[in-house]
Order: sequence, then C-alpha cells, then structure tokens
Amino acid sequence: MHIVVCIKQVPDSAQIRVHPVTNTIMRQGVPTIINPYDLFALEEALRLRDAHGGEVTVLTMGPPMAEDALRKALTYGADRAVLLTDRYFAGSDTLATSFALSQAIAKVGETFGMPDIVFTGKQTIDGDTAQVGPGIAKRLDLLQLTYVAKIASIDLDAHEITVERRSEGGMQMLKSRLPCLITMLEGTNEIRRGSLDDALRAARSQIVKWSAADAGIEDLTKCGLRGSPTVVKRVFAPTSRAEKAAQIDTTDKSLRDLADDLIAAIFTRQPALEQELAVDGGA
Amino acid sequence: MTAEKFDAIVIGAGMSGNAAAYTMASRGMKVLQLERGEYPGSKNVQGAIMYADMLEKIIPDFREDAPLERHPVEQRFWMMDNTSHTGMHYRSDDFNEAKPNRYTIIRAQFDKWFSRKVREAGATVLCETTVTELAHDTNGKVIGVRTDRAGDIIFADVVVLAEGVNGLLGTRAGLREMPKPETVALAVKEMHFLPEEVIGERFGLKGNEGCVIEAAGTISRGMTGLAFLYTNRESISLGIGCLVSDFASTMESPYALLEAFKRHPSVRPLIAGSEVKEYAAHLIPEGGYKAIPQLFGDGWLVVGDAAQLNNAVHREGSNLAMTSGRIAGEAIFHVNSRRNPMTKENLALYKTMLDNSFVVKDLKKYKDMPALLHTNSCNFFMTYPQLISQAAQNFLRVDGTPKIEKEKATTAAFIKARSRWGMVSDVVRLAFAWR
Amino acid sequence: MSTANRETPSPTAGRAGMKKELPEQFKDYRHVWVFIELERGQVHPVSFELLGEGRKLADKLGVELAAVVLGPPGEATWHAVAEAFAYGADLAYVIEDPLLAHYRNEPFTRAMTDLLNTYKPEILLLGATTLGRDLAGSVATTLLTGLTADCTALDVDADGSLAATRPTFGGSLLCTIYTLNYRPQMATVRPRVMAMPQRVDKPVGRVIQHKLAMAEEDVVTKILGFLPDNQSAKANLAYANVVVAGGLGLGAVENLQLVKNLARAIGAEYGCSRPLVQKGWMPADRQIGQTGKTIRPKLYIAVGISGAIQHRVGVEGADLIVAINTDPNAPIFDFAHLGIVIDAIRFLPALTEAFTRRLSPHNRDKLAS
Ligand SMILES: Cc1cc2nc3c(=O)[nH]c(=O)nc-3n(C[C@H](O)[C@H](O)[C@H](O)COP(=O)(O)OP(=O)(O)OC[C@H]3O[C@@H](n4cnc5c(N)ncnc54)[C@H](O)[C@@H]3O)c2cc1C
Ligand SMILES: Cc1cc2nc3c(=O)[nH]c(=O)nc-3n(C[C@H](O)[C@H](O)[C@H](O)COP(=O)(O)OP(=O)(O)OC[C@H]3O[C@@H](n4cnc5c(N)ncnc54)[C@H](O)[C@@H]3O)c2cc1C
Ligand SMILES: Nc1ncnc2c1ncn2[C@@H]1O[C@H](COP(=O)(O)O)[C@@H](O)[C@H]1O
Repeated sequence: MHIVVCIKQVPDSAQIRVHPVTNTIMRQGVPTIINPYDLFALEEALRLRDAHGGEVTVLTMGPPMAEDALRKALTYGADRAVLLTDRYFAGSDTLATSFALSQAIAKVGETFGMPDIVFTGKQTIDGDTAQVGPGIAKRLDLLQLTYVAKIASIDLDAHEITVERRSEGGMQMLKSRLPCLITMLEGTNEIRRGSLDDALRAARSQIVKWSAADAGIEDLTKCGLRGSPTVVKRVFAPTSRAEKAAQIDTTDKSLRDLADDLIAAIFTRQPALEQELAVDGGA
Repeated sequence: MTAEKFDAIVIGAGMSGNAAAYTMASRGMKVLQLERGEYPGSKNVQGAIMYADMLEKIIPDFREDAPLERHPVEQRFWMMDNTSHTGMHYRSDDFNEAKPNRYTIIRAQFDKWFSRKVREAGATVLCETTVTELAHDTNGKVIGVRTDRAGDIIFADVVVLAEGVNGLLGTRAGLREMPKPETVALAVKEMHFLPEEVIGERFGLKGNEGCVIEAAGTISRGMTGLAFLYTNRESISLGIGCLVSDFASTMESPYALLEAFKRHPSVRPLIAGSEVKEYAAHLIPEGGYKAIPQLFGDGWLVVGDAAQLNNAVHREGSNLAMTSGRIAGEAIFHVNSRRNPMTKENLALYKTMLDNSFVVKDLKKYKDMPALLHTNSCNFFMTYPQLISQAAQNFLRVDGTPKIEKEKATTAAFIKARSRWGMVSDVVRLAFAWR
Repeated sequence: MSTANRETPSPTAGRAGMKKELPEQFKDYRHVWVFIELERGQVHPVSFELLGEGRKLADKLGVELAAVVLGPPGEATWHAVAEAFAYGADLAYVIEDPLLAHYRNEPFTRAMTDLLNTYKPEILLLGATTLGRDLAGSVATTLLTGLTADCTALDVDADGSLAATRPTFGGSLLCTIYTLNYRPQMATVRPRVMAMPQRVDKPVGRVIQHKLAMAEEDVVTKILGFLPDNQSAKANLAYANVVVAGGLGLGAVENLQLVKNLARAIGAEYGCSRPLVQKGWMPADRQIGQTGKTIRPKLYIAVGISGAIQHRVGVEGADLIVAINTDPNAPIFDFAHLGIVIDAIRFLPALTEAFTRRLSPHNRDKLAS
C-alpha cells in the first residue's frame, strides 16, 4: 500500500521569544522541529507499511529549510520525501494550505502510485487549527476520519478500514472505505528510532522538490496570501493584569496561621464560596 | 546490509570534527560523521568567539554565508571586586575591516552551517547517533565503531575522535585518561535576549560591531576562573567558569557565581530587561600542554577538546579545535593518497604537523600557566583585584589627603596583603609562565 | 487561520484580502448562527457559551441570532431547540433525520452546507470540540471560506466584519483575524473560553425546518459501536467550580497526593501543568492550559506552577486565582489575585487541615445560622 503523511516543520514554540518593543516574533536561534503531533501519524503509517508492505511518502509544504524535517522523517524510516516549496505559497492560511497540499498529493499519486491513506497530525503547534487535514480530505474527496486513536483493521482487497475515533464523551468504532484521510490522535504510539541503515539511507536520499508548477498547480490565485480568505490584521501581546497578586504576609507566622490567613483572604473575596464548599466538600 | 566501509569516520560534529570531516571529504575521501546531538551544535557550548584565520584555512569564503553575529571592535578586561571594576578598554576602528579577525557566534547556528558545508563537501552526516564503542581487530587496531542504533559495526580505515572534552569513548577504549578535576574548568553560560538596537546603544556599537568583556576577580570567590560577556546580534552571552577541583573544594555552585556576576553593579545595567532563554553548562579543558594525551594510534586520531587542545589563558579553544581537525584531516589524506595503511607509524605525521603549528607552540608557551594560576588562585583572583580597586578609589577620591600619603597607603595595603616577597614572586612567576 | 509565516509575504501575492470589497454574491448574507452540538441526547455546553457570544455579536450588528440543530427525529432534538431559545436564540434551523443520530462527517457536512447555502448567514460559530473541528474544516473547505480556529475573543468592528482573536505562535502572541471578502465568516471557540450566559425560560422562537438530502446508502462511513468514557474516573475539569492544580514545583510524583488531598477536602477537581503529563504523573485529560483544558472555576489554586503563557490562557477565566509558589518573581503572580510565597510541600498539609477545620460540620452550622 502507499501511504502519504503530511508533516510540517514548526518553530519549537517553547523557545519562541517576542520582541518586547515591536511585538514581533524573534526567530533568531529558535530551533525548528517536526510538528510533534505529526510524529504519531508518521509512526502509524510506518507500522501499517511494516504490516502490509508498501511505501510511506512524507510530504511537506514549506520553505527550503523544511528539508531538514523531511530528512528526519526519512531517518525514522519513511521511504520517500517530497518538499513542496515556492514563494507563491507564502502566507497561506488553512484553505490555501489544504489546496496546495491536495494538489501535491494528487501529483504524488500520479508519480508514485495512488495513496490508500493520507495521514495528517491532529493539529500543528504553530497554526494549531486542526483544519488542514479536513481541508485536504474535502478537496481530494477522501473520506475523513479525524482524531483516530487506533486503526483496528485494514482490508486492502475490500478497501475497508475500521478505526477507533475519539469523539466527545467516548470512542466511536467506525468502518469506512479506502482511500481515506486520517488525522491521528496524540499519545497513540511512539515514534521509532530508525536503524543505522535508515539513518544512512536518509542522509543520502534525494529529496523530491516541487515548485507550484512541478506539482501541477496552475491556479496560483488559490495559493498563498491570494488564496487565503482570512487576513491577519493585528498581532499583539496579551495584556497583563494591572495589579499583581495580593501577597499573604509570611513573616513570623506558623504554617497554621498562614493557612488560616489564606483561607480568610479567599473567602473575603468570594464570600459565597464558603457556603458552597461547606456543602460540597469539607467532609 | 550495513557492512559498508568508509575511508574515515569522524566522531562528533563540533568545531574539530567538522574541520576534520570537511578537510577529508572535500579532498574526495569517503567520510562518515556521527553526532549524538539532535543536530550539529545542539549540544555544544561556547562563549563564543570564533577566530577567522583558522576557519579561512578550511573554508576561505566562509564570510559569504556563515552565521556570524558581530565582530568585536572593543575589548574590556575587568578586575572586579564586589562593587567595582578596574578596567582596561581597547577599542579600535581598525577592527572594522573588510575581513575582521574575530566574530561572536552562536554555536547552535554556526555548527549547523559548518555541518551543511561538510555535507556539501560530500560527507555522510548522521545525527542523533551516539558512538557507543570503538571496534578493534585482534591486534588492537581500531577498525570501526558501534552506535546506539540497531545495526552492525560500521568499518573505516581510520577513526577521528572529535568527541569533545568529556571524551568518554577514548577513555573507555583506554586510549587516554579521564580529564582530571584540576585540568578542566566547569563553565556555565546564559543567553540574554535583547533587541538589537538596545545592545547597540548600551555598548556604543553600530551595525555589526561587537564588544567583549572578560572579567576576573572576586566574582570567582578566590577560585581560578574568568567571567565573560559577549555581544551577539540580538543577545548577550555571559558566563563564568572555574576549575572543577576548585568547585569541589570550595563547595561553591557555578550557578550562584553566575547569579552574582549578573547582579554585579557593573554588569546588571548591561543586561537589564533581557529575557533569558538558554542556560548551559560545559567543561573546558585547562590542563594545557602538560595534559595533552597520546594523540594517535593504530587506526585512530584524537583532535580538539578531546585532546585537551585548549588555550585557557587566551580563552581560545575553537581555533585549536578547528586547526587540529584540519591537520588531522590533511595528515590522513596524505597517508590515504599514498595508499598507506593507517598505522600508528604513518599517523605520527599528524603529531609532527601539529607540533609545527601554532596549536602546540602556543600551548607550550603557557605550559606553566595553569599550575601557577591554580596554586596562587587566591592571590590572583581575590587579593589583587581588591587591592587594585582600593588603590583606584583611593586615587580618585579627593578628600584632602595629601597624594603622597595616599600612595603610601596603597603600597602598604599591597604589602600587608601579600608581603613584598610574595608580590615579587607572583610577578616573576607570572612573567615566566607568560614568556 | 494562517499556518505559514506571514511576516514575509511573497512579493508577487497582492494582499487582495486586506481590504473589504465584499463580492455581489455575498451581499445578502445576514445574521449570526451558532451550531448546536447535540450528541447522545445531550447538548454540549460550549453551544450555550457560543449563543451568549453570538447574542452580543447579533445585537451589535442589529441582526438575528439563529441556532442550528441537527439531530434525529424525536424529543432530544426539540429539547435542544428549546434550550437554544432559553440561551438567547431568536430562531432555530432544524434538520431532523435518523442519519443525524450520531455524528459522522458526511451527513453533517451535507446538512450544514445545504443550510448555509440556502439561508446565507454572515457568521457561523462552532465549538472547537472534536466534533466541531471535524465539521468546521469540511464545511469551510466546501464553501471555500475563511475559518478562524480556537478563538479567545470575538467582536464586530465598525464596518460589521467579524474580528476573531486567537493565540498564535504557541500562545506567546494573540492575533486578530478577519474573513473580509468571503461568507460566511466562520470561527470555532473552545469550551469554557466564553462565559455561560444566563438561561432565561423563553420557550418561543421561530423554527425553520429543512430536509437532509441524503440517505444511509450515500454515507460510506458506518458506526459499528460507541464506547462511552468511564465518567466516574474522568476529570470534569472544564466545568468544575473549584480546581486545584499542581506543577513541577511539586518536585516528586508522591507530592501529587498533597494536591489530591486538598482537592478532596474542599470538593475540588484536581489538574496539572503540562510537564506532569509529559512525565506521566497525570493523565492527559487533567492538563490545564492551551493544549489541555480551559477552565473557569470560581476558585483556582495553582500549586508550584510558574504560570507560563500556555498555562495562563487556560485559567484566566477563573473568578479567583490563588498561587502558591516559592519564587516571588514567578509569572503566575502577574495574573493571580492572591499569592503566597512558600514551600508548597510544607504548606499544603496545613492548608488542607485548615480548610477541613473551617468547613467542618460544626462551623457549617455556624454558617447556616
Ligand atoms: C562556556 C565556554 C566558552 C567558550 N568560549 C570560547 C571562545 O570564546 N572562543 C573559543 O575559541 N573557544 C571557546 N570555548 C572552547 C570551545 O568551545 C571548545 O574548545 C570547542 O568547542 C572544542 O571543539 P570540539 O570539536 O573539540 O568539541 P565540541 O565542540 O564539544 O564537539 C564535540 C562533539 O562530539 C559529540 N560527541 C561526543 N561524544 C560523542 C559520541 N560518543 N558519539 C557521537 N558524537 C559524540 C558532541 O555531541 C559534540 O557535538 C569555550 C568553551 C566553553 C564551555
Ligand atoms: C505549544 C505549547 C503548548 C503548551 N501547552 C501547555 C498547557 O496546555 N498547559 C501547561 O501547563 N503548559 C503548557 N505548555 C508548557 C508551558 O510552556 C510551561 O512549560 C509549563 O506550563 C510549566 O509547567 P510548571 O509551571 O509546572 O513548571 P515550571 O515552569 O518548572 O514551574 C515550577 C514552579 O514551581 C515553583 N516551585 C518550585 N518548588 C516549589 C515548592 N516547593 N513550593 C512551591 N512552588 C515551588 C517554582 O518557583 C516554579 O515557579 C505548553 C508549551 C508549548 C510550547
Ligand atoms: N505546510 C504543511 N505541510 C504539510 N502538512 C501540513 C502543513 N500544514 C499543516 N499540515 C498538516 O495538517 C495538520 C493540521 O494542521 P493545522 O490545521 O495547521 O493544525 C498537521 O498536523 C499536518 O499534518
């Protein structure tokens, strides 16, 4: 089977800094990583390939340096990597991103064989919308299985797939048809450590690089800023509360007195709460 | 299927490893480089000042695309006591030259760039791959390595150990000893982010000009140590390092020293309002010439910090690392191009070439310095800075005391603290060590 | 929402969307809609929170607020309609069909897009739940309109455009996003980000019924079963009145018990910061913050939590935030209302004990009298 996994290179947001004056992102020195959610999708794809045979193609749309993310995916054991990169894609929102990716997936299908499954992560940590997956599904007219916790079975001959899908309040068991698009839930597996052979192969592989034209995208008005219905008008830092927390004075007090002081301060601010706690808890 | 053989394997993608791998790969050798970090530079710590000349000898046009931060036009040396510093500043517009001699760099970025050059030169680079063991044949010759990834031995004619100061592999393989606590310093370092304009304003810098501060004195609480502060484009690197053996005997914590340095009235305004994003601790080899281990053997060479090639006096490490890496690469290439085996005898060429370079010559020059600074650390790092500061204050305060008495008071303070003989011997010994 | 870097726009791409020039075909799009999430007979509370927010937007725009209720024929669906009215909807679009008994992407996308194309609202709000996010992505792509996910504030500006504010770059910044030239303007909001509006008994509102143009044969994906979560073992953090949470400051996994004890003593739910989940000390459903739960309790006690921005955004809606931390400069004190600088390991047992004392039956009687 052929599986396409969409991964995105994202700034490691734990290390992002905001310029104190201009409120812009200071990217210098911020390392990039593969969107952590995408690794669950990649591992699931690799497991399916190991069980059923076939190939895993990783695909990303991003700047040339996104190649690093792809190479890393190859180190984990993916078979092929495609980088969709073109200045026309700059400024894409979810709609434009899903357009470009869906076109590229179609091209991957033509070139390397039609995919049976397209995987995406649940969401990215920078865009954080969880919308690109569903967007790709709609555009390619693939069945959409989001928040999949487990792939219970796959029948390649019957083109059937059964999954467990997280929904509000429980797990749905769903049976659907291949080809389909799956967005994988986090925590469902753990990315493998590729073998020495995988690592060597990854270091030597040629990454397929496609421009918009290479991917067969003719309508550039659907790409990048022009293809994005949403407009970011303002970026700003969250305002801090005017006053800092009122501090309980801890000088020369026993723990017991301090506890009483804190509780008194709480109930002074929220008088109704005492009655409520006394009824609910405190037993 | 791994049974693949390389001309050379380089362990580590720091300054020395990259220099070695680049030198060999660019001459057409089949090179594999293994790095345990997530990417080259991810685990590496340096102040960091990079010296252009040594890199030029490897990649002449590096200025075109290397991630360089600022070129220092000003150097400040500070003798610090708890509230003051006595300083010497040197600033020159001559440093604003077309090809500056020094740059501040951020290792995480610089190493990534260097590694890209290595790959472009044709080497195969694997990250997140730790070499766990050197593989030997029955005669004890190194024939390859084992890694922590699933797979067999990877074979090579020669293995270059560029694994940095800890050098676990080399010590485990019995090629050399563990660095001793009195020959390594522990340095802690932080990156403080500030907007580019603010840095320019505070240090009086324009464009890519940079400023370097190196400080000694009571901040190291009597231990052998130095603090530093370097300007990067959008950040300030600052840190302090002292000998590990000193930390052990004084029970001081490096972090507390760094905090005190940051709170020092001379430093605090320079970093005010900054955001700390990185805290790192790393060892620096400080043993100097006398600590250099066996540098080569059957099928192996050791370069950079792993070989203790570090000039603590001038706070130079990366250039010795780059140069030893380059020379190792050239020596190996020389042996390889004659189709000679990588035996101990043939690899002795590396030592010969290194002895003739500034690396060993410089280290030889200061061979007594580490010991001197160590045994006399209290004088050099506590007593003198305080005395000098008192003297300066004494000199500057105008309070009606006749100047002659002031001078006498200063001299008396020096003699009281150190005795005439002590001072003379300190100067003489320092001069000899420097010579 | 932008998923790529917008700082360096491509030189060739004109920012066509920057100015509002609403095309002719969108000019008659009017009114604010809220999708009512109905699953197994229950309306997800986020739908009511959104009605509260939708009401404000509709009033500002001078238009009507409509609820969209998709469900199976029967009482539950009509109950949801009545509740939507009680929480402020003027009218409801209702599709009753057996295909809508349980959520599946295909029939719901079809139902929703049909309604949108027929009745043309200018704004559509959905909950950022698994269901809402699954549906919103498909609907927005089908209609080729903009969608702003996980908003934290909604407003309309002077020219009547929806200004949707959401965190960006891992929560370190906020951005305000517009969908100027496409309709409907879509946004999702996470549960508990918006306040629950007052419920008013007002059973009347207009109902517009619509048919689903789909049959079971048209739906490929079949539901084989449903395994409800074990409710008793699960955290109901989002809707708890009082929450106590522990962070890395607890130091060791054993000290979690101190947090649990305090929670038990005051009838609170307990939660944690993200590192504790990553360490495996607590299950993911107890994580509070940007990538965990958003909470709005009356009282939130943060123990050994530094108050990183990603944590902060999840707790800011609390009425009273109390922080216990050894570091007087911890960022949590910037947004907590009450703070105490003290070692939590020593202090928690005393606090638990003091609460128990204060809330004991004896004192309870005193309070009641
Ligand atoms: C705080 C500080 C400030 C400094 N400031 C300066 C300065 O301003 N100027 C200057 O010139 N020098 C400075 N130095 C010294 C300089 O950083 C070092 O001399 C230089 O980095 C040495 O390079 P190296 O290649 O030998 O080792 P490293 O740069 O340490 O590289 C070793 C590499 O090997 C890898 N490795 C180790 N073991 C294994 C293994 N088993 N398998 C695979 N990979 C492995 C490591 O991950 C690492 O990437 C400073 C050092 C410190 C700590
Ligand atoms: C994309 C992204 C999403 C994220 N999402 C979330 C999220 O949803 N939720 C979340 O919580 N985090 C999230 N984070 C992580 C967040 O950035 C912080 O790293 C995290 O909140 C810190 O957890 P902490 O406060 O428990 O630990 P720390 O930051 O380590 O703080 C520990 C605190 O405990 C105090 N302390 C230490 N000892 C004691 C003691 N004995 N008594 C009292 N106090 C003590 C310390 O002073 C310190 O303030 C996210 C990060 C990223 C990058
Ligand atoms: N630029 C991109 N390239 C490849 N895949 C992407 C890209 N952006 C988003 N994705 C995929 O879509 C998923 C959801 O992204 P998002 O909608 O941004 O939260 C991610 O987990 C990725 O799998």
